[in-house]
Amino acid sequence: MARRAAFCYPCAMTKLPKIFESWFAQKGWSLHPHQQTLLDLACDKSTLLIAPTGGGKTLAGFLPSLRELANGGRGLHTLYVSPLKALAADIRRNLGIPIADMALPIRVEDRTGDTSYSKRLRQRADPPHILLTTPESLALLLSYEDAPKIFASLQRVIVDEIHALAESKRGDQMMLALARLETLAPNLRRIGLSATVENPPALAEYMSPGDHSTNILLADPGPDPDVTILETSAAPPWNGAGAHYAIPEVLAEVKKAGTSLIFINTRAQAELFFRALWMANDDGLAIGLHHGSLSREAREKVELAMVSNSLRAIVCTGTLDLGIDWGDVDLVIQIGAPKNIKRLVQRIGRANHRYNAPSRAILVPANRFEVIECRAALEAVYAHELDGEPRGTGPRDVLCQHILITACSGPFDATALYHEFRRAGPYRDLSRAEFDDCLSFCATGGYALQAYDKWQRLITRPDGTYALRDPRATRQIRMNLGTIVDTETLAVRLKNRRGGRPLGEVEESFAATLTPGDTFLIGGEVVRYENIREMTVQVTREATKKPKIAVFSGTKFATSTVLSHRVLAKLQAKDWPELPAHTADWLHLQRRISSMPSPDRLLVESFPLDSRQFTCFYGFAGRNALQTLGLLLTRRMENAGLHPLGFVSTDYALLIWGLEEITDPARFLAREGMLDGLETWLAGNAVMKRSFRNVATIAGLIEKNLPGKRKSGRQATFSSDILYDTLLKYEPDHLLMRLTRQEAMRGLVDFTRIEEMLSRVAGKIDHVHAPHLTPLAAPLLLEIGKVPIRGQAEERLLAEAAEQMMAKAGLS
Amino acid sequence: MRTYEFILNDAHLTALPSGALWWAERGLLCVSDLHFGKSGRIARKGGTLLPPYENAETLARLERDILTRNPQTIICLGDSFDDLAAFEEMEEEDHRWLTCLIAGRRWIWIEGNHDPGPVDIGGTHVATHTEGPLVFRHIADPDKSGEISGHFHPKTRVNAKGRSISRPCFLIDKSRVILPAYGQYTGGLRTDTPVLQELMAPQSIAVLTGKTATAVPMMF
Repeated sequence: MARRAAFCYPCAMTKLPKIFESWFAQKGWSLHPHQQTLLDLACDKSTLLIAPTGGGKTLAGFLPSLRELANGGRGLHTLYVSPLKALAADIRRNLGIPIADMALPIRVEDRTGDTSYSKRLRQRADPPHILLTTPESLALLLSYEDAPKIFASLQRVIVDEIHALAESKRGDQMMLALARLETLAPNLRRIGLSATVENPPALAEYMSPGDHSTNILLADPGPDPDVTILETSAAPPWNGAGAHYAIPEVLAEVKKAGTSLIFINTRAQAELFFRALWMANDDGLAIGLHHGSLSREAREKVELAMVSNSLRAIVCTGTLDLGIDWGDVDLVIQIGAPKNIKRLVQRIGRANHRYNAPSRAILVPANRFEVIECRAALEAVYAHELDGEPRGTGPRDVLCQHILITACSGPFDATALYHEFRRAGPYRDLSRAEFDDCLSFCATGGYALQAYDKWQRLITRPDGTYALRDPRATRQIRMNLGTIVDTETLAVRLKNRRGGRPLGEVEESFAATLTPGDTFLIGGEVVRYENIREMTVQVTREATKKPKIAVFSGTKFATSTVLSHRVLAKLQAKDWPELPAHTADWLHLQRRISSMPSPDRLLVESFPLDSRQFTCFYGFAGRNALQTLGLLLTRRMENAGLHPLGFVSTDYALLIWGLEEITDPARFLAREGMLDGLETWLAGNAVMKRSFRNVATIAGLIEKNLPGKRKSGRQATFSSDILYDTLLKYEPDHLLMRLTRQEAMRGLVDFTRIEEMLSRVAGKIDHVHAPHLTPLAAPLLLEIGKVPIRGQAEERLLAEAAEQMMAKAGLS
Repeated sequence: MRTYEFILNDAHLTALPSGALWWAERGLLCVSDLHFGKSGRIARKGGTLLPPYENAETLARLERDILTRNPQTIICLGDSFDDLAAFEEMEEEDHRWLTCLIAGRRWIWIEGNHDPGPVDIGGTHVATHTEGPLVFRHIADPDKSGEISGHFHPKTRVNAKGRSISRPCFLIDKSRVILPAYGQYTGGLRTDTPVLQELMAPQSIAVLTGKTATAVPMMF
């Protein structure tokens, strides 16, 4: 049983103490209305504040805590959780200013994966008044035996950027952690801070504790932003994602602005664009690069330069999406289509840390199709239309992990834990049977074959509680904690500089395709691949050559449904006076040599390219439906001996490629027998194996590959695909297989959507044989998230490649 | 089913797509690194509870090769059991299955680094075994020739027109063969690892397992 808090704070007090008022006055500030309201609601169990960037949102969240702690406090009072480590460090700096100015007796510390071991140990024994942390570090804290002692005095929790957390499993883990905290500190009150979202009540519901509801506070959204599309002297290309044609104009904008953030959707594109900018940067403007593949040192250097206002621009990826208050950013440049209106609005908000001044943003389409997307997005921003997917119920792999985390901290009662989980928003509807499934998986593996009678992970003790059988398991469970499953990466180092700092990291699958002599970009410089030694990619500097490739990583952004509807609507127009002439001409060309997709017909285009046969289906049925269609069609093609190699889908089209051409698409689109054998085909597909790896890692069946921890001798570890294949054969209904199907199906879609589309276009299929790539199909070639088909084509390619290699080596 | 045939020390050998080595002339089937009981060993040490089906799957594959080739002699090249407890904890059904496979055949267990010493299931336990011109041992000895070994679980990757295909493989040169791991729960060691590069001659061949046995040069 948790101890009651030692201190009770006078909740009736809504005014700020004198010392605060004089501090505000001294700064020439006054309280924003939403900051005052949050103080007024300080005693309520749960409040969600939705405010634009620059609205003093974070200070608003902390004011109730600062007021309560103004005369001192004992033990941990407030926990602040943010999705980014950097944000925690930044808040510590910012919070330090009022605390120092007013000489408040408040200790503030941060605790993340970067905090030293000794400091973390000290924090457990003697916690600060305010602790700033991340969801993962919080989960780790909860796994310690002394968690009840650490959190007994806790009064408040502030969750920053809650809209971002709620989009992933990190948010679900966070909510389970909050439910745990509430058990340990029943007095707990929570404040969620969020950027503009499409459905505030849903987010409030998500963060509500148990039976309590959450207040929703909407701050003044401020004036509309000032968004334009960049005008360039050169027209954007047909395809391409680099936007290099726009370099001169982008540089000119950077020069005119104070400080700019240049957002690009993928790391590889950020590298290429940064390099292109530097080559044209005749004025020597200070421009930095920031993305997740760079080493920590490299990132910190850029962050520090930004704080000291010594940079004019940073080329960055989503790593800078969230709210670090850096210098005076007054311009956001978005390279490539924004794909999602909500994210665009949030990014635009980065250009305004002065409340009530419009943020300024410029969109730079990377190709002509993106001109249409950018235009559609811009119109949506001004129409205040936001996109978003409805949330499903809380995923159960996260639940499994949380059961194990709880077990690390000590024995638990299953029924009490079940009720605790149900007090977390995403798990409100969790049934006892679903919970028991997860518990049984954690305890015995949950297999039909009772193999682990002796070696259970959790054992039942005489008093009916559950406990870890082997205390050694705690280490492994803690190492595996978290819901972010990274792709396997390798460090990149300069050859012969063993002790040198790594330049960054690349995905293992990318490293595997390199042959000695290949060049690629990392950290803005061109390097030459030499070899792989002890799980490190060894490279040498290559000053002169143009890099061969830079596709070492990509974050996948799907175009939102709202945006793709707006795009399809635009395509129906007779002419496009609102678009630049080059793009309108390009659309007219598509209409001339092929056709324009429309809602009630299905346009299919076939063309050869690079010794592959491509077919494009303009279904405009949403990415999920088209991905399912891709699986269905490739299965039929495999059976028909057309040797499909892979496909990729976007919200508007599906592109399939293979070794043989589709001559009669209608035959493949026939509804009859479409579902036959689908389940077997799906089960063997890469989509399922990918989902399984995620689910199995989070649920704790397989261990995460920690960067730098992997040994060079890898006989001992085997891929998750082997476990998937084994379960598929021997126990296809195992909990993790069910969760895998559920998760994969969230990425796929009910067959009824496809049937609807097929009946809608029945018989109205326009098949165009183009001699080459068509205007509309061009951008699809660069889509990320291609699904490989591992069928007969792979055997054929392997046989051909093997023969050539043997001949070349003189061994055949 | 395409196999890969080659000659080592005058012996005509066949690399099977399953990862087993077949010596037709002597009616001898050789497999390596079965790693029975791997999931149990991990569980015992407080690790994760992996699906306990690897014994059944490994036995099923071994049975398929035995039924197809009908060997008189079977050599398991070591690391057959993950440890002694892995043998003792073997499900009764799997134990019976393995006993049936052993019955009526000459069965040789070579000791590997994981093996617990002789287990009570039939067959002969030896450190190395010599059969005609060939010697069988667990870990390759760089000074020997005409040698068949396992231990390293070699795997290789082929870049086929942009499609990267990675599979367990045999490594073959004029002096030796290193077998891929046959057990279901086994990972692989890339053939560009220094230890394998040093063991194998420059003109070595890697034979990928899978649907067919496909030969590629080892160094490329």
